[in-house]
Amino acid sequence: MAITSIKNLKEFSTNNDRFEGAHTLCPGCAHSMIVRELMNCTDDNLVMTANTGCLEVSTAVYPFTTWDTSWMHIGFENAASSVTGSEVMHRVRKKKGTLPDPDAPVKFVAWGGDGSTFDIGFQWLSGAMERGHNFVYVCLDNENYANTGGQRSSATPIGSTTSTAPAGTHSYGEKQKKKDIVAIMAAHDAPYVAQLAPNKWKIMAKGFQKALDTEGPCFINTVSPCCTEWRFDPKDTITITDLATDSLMFPVYEIINGHELNILYRPKNVLKVEDYLGAQGRYKHLFKAENKHVIDKIQKDINEYWDMLQRREEARI
Amino acid sequence: MAVKFDLNEREVWDGAYAASQALRQAQVDVLAAYPITPSTPIVENYGSYEANGYIDGEVIMVESEHAAMSACVGASGSGGRVATATSSQGFALMAEVLYQASGMRLPIVMTVVNRALASPLNVRGDHSDMYLGRDSGWIQLGAFNAEEAYDLTLCAFKIGEDHSVRLPVMVHQDGFTTSHTAQNVYPITDEKAYKFVGDFKPVDDMLDFSRPVTYGAQTEEDWHFEHKARQHKAIMDSRPVIDATFEEFEKLSGRKYKRVETYHMDDAEVAIVALGTTVETALVAARELREEEGIKAGVVAIRVFRPFPLDQVRLALKDVKAVSVLDRSAPGGAMGAFFNEVSAALYTTNARPLVTNYIYGLGGRDFSIAEAKRIFKEQKAHADIGHITTDIQKFSGLRGPEFGYFQTLRG
Repeated sequence: MAITSIKNLKEFSTNNDRFEGAHTLCPGCAHSMIVRELMNCTDDNLVMTANTGCLEVSTAVYPFTTWDTSWMHIGFENAASSVTGSEVMHRVRKKKGTLPDPDAPVKFVAWGGDGSTFDIGFQWLSGAMERGHNFVYVCLDNENYANTGGQRSSATPIGSTTSTAPAGTHSYGEKQKKKDIVAIMAAHDAPYVAQLAPNKWKIMAKGFQKALDTEGPCFINTVSPCCTEWRFDPKDTITITDLATDSLMFPVYEIINGHELNILYRPKNVLKVEDYLGAQGRYKHLFKAENKHVIDKIQKDINEYWDMLQRREEARI
Repeated sequence: MAVKFDLNEREVWDGAYAASQALRQAQVDVLAAYPITPSTPIVENYGSYEANGYIDGEVIMVESEHAAMSACVGASGSGGRVATATSSQGFALMAEVLYQASGMRLPIVMTVVNRALASPLNVRGDHSDMYLGRDSGWIQLGAFNAEEAYDLTLCAFKIGEDHSVRLPVMVHQDGFTTSHTAQNVYPITDEKAYKFVGDFKPVDDMLDFSRPVTYGAQTEEDWHFEHKARQHKAIMDSRPVIDATFEEFEKLSGRKYKRVETYHMDDAEVAIVALGTTVETALVAARELREEEGIKAGVVAIRVFRPFPLDQVRLALKDVKAVSVLDRSAPGGAMGAFFNEVSAALYTTNARPLVTNYIYGLGGRDFSIAEAKRIFKEQKAHADIGHITTDIQKFSGLRGPEFGYFQTLRG
């Protein structure tokens, strides 16, 4: 049974802590906040799988584990497949009467970074979504291969510099537009898909609860600012996330049954994208005169996307 | 409860159907698979058992072989009986996860219907996929016909799931020659078969919430070596469990299996060492040569490819004068891998038979009785003269110019 009442952050952050303190994520990394939000918003047992990535390498280094719950890592690409193996095995064992505690409520959750979700594990995720398993897939989107030192992914936004698409005298960095993973997952006719942000923790917790309580395959993309590769002070993680959501670089919204779109957070004062870009080292080069057009392009893309989201919300399609 | 499946005392099954029936009788909980020729009928047959209520477990039809083995790993960690089947390119695609299944000590059973690896693309049987898995930490059993495919699949569950073993097991059968060739099979009853395999008893069960477990941790230079050494110990220590399982199966069925099978080896002067359906071809050749020409020919067949039965191989070959080891896989710039292993086994004894290597049957090229006879006769010539007169590595059944590599430096 999921917890439904969340009174305040202090109570919530200490509730039911199954993601224990010992891990080796960077100070200021948003991953641990997001993981704890999910694990603290339910009392159900959790069976979790993780793709290779920052979260995985920082939480299960033998002989230690951060996870006070069932947890499995196989490879870079296949957490969505392994969690579906667990989910089906649970159903079969329940039917055959071979579970240790047949009535124990359980949720199945798979974790991936944007590298494994948008790129190398995309097929495995798509297959699991299409088959309709009862699980939640959460992408910790920090827009690069942070675990291996900041290479580009197909989640890397235009204009940012990464080690494999660096800015230089002849390049402003990443040239490709970020893949719209939320739309792609919604197109799988998934019952619940959302993009959430850890600064809006109540919205995030409610979104997680909704996904956990929804029968069928659910997908959530979470914004996870990476102080190491985005190049900002570790103490500013939530400030950067505020800039991300309030500039609409990361709109917070959900899509139900593939078509019913709801915007979950509308900033009172929409910030210019310069405010968000200027706070991070990865966009520093864009503020040179010759790269100004890239900032204009990013702002134009944001405006158009926000407009599209609002039209979809209104039209319910 | 599953619908009862009526079996006759004698059935006419191909190897694929035989394997599917063994999976049904073992009451597999989860089978995750992706179809690929020639293993596809196993998945199709098993899917029809689900559709018609003959099983209580479930089938997950995933989108690739990599996902198939990944779902098998997740399911096996979740405390139930798990199986799959594949061939060739599918096997290659899941190779990454094979190592993870064995490293996590998960007793998954997989039928591998042996097929050549591309390029060029080829759907016929050879052993290149089996060789690809030889360092993956899986136990590898070899069936030479449909009945053995059935028998060994039942044995595979019992061996892999034994708590002193806890390792995944492959059961190999040759593509088409076994998988699609209908033969007489004498199945045992569902009740006896399940009793033999036994209930699945989970270890480190992800669905036991009273005791959370972490699977697939990271180890670097501080612990990795110890983990891999212990994994090796586990597969080496599986040998007595395999022997005991084969003995118990013999009591049940009357059919006797050994890790190394020997045919006419008591007085053999020359021998062929082989894998898969080639064993039966070589056996016919040996019998005929004994009758026709009085050549004391024998055959040594490897039933358990991993753990490699080094001790039994050298014992089987200690009294022969000349041996040819047959590799059905492109060696890629070396002597055949199987030749190397058999030669290494012989080098640890005082016996020094003359050993040659034949590469044969790639991509399903037929290996005939006549070819086997020719190889036996060549070994006989080597035995009589006391040294190898040909190249050490040769090709049998190859059209065009002959290829051969390396000459003996022995007397």
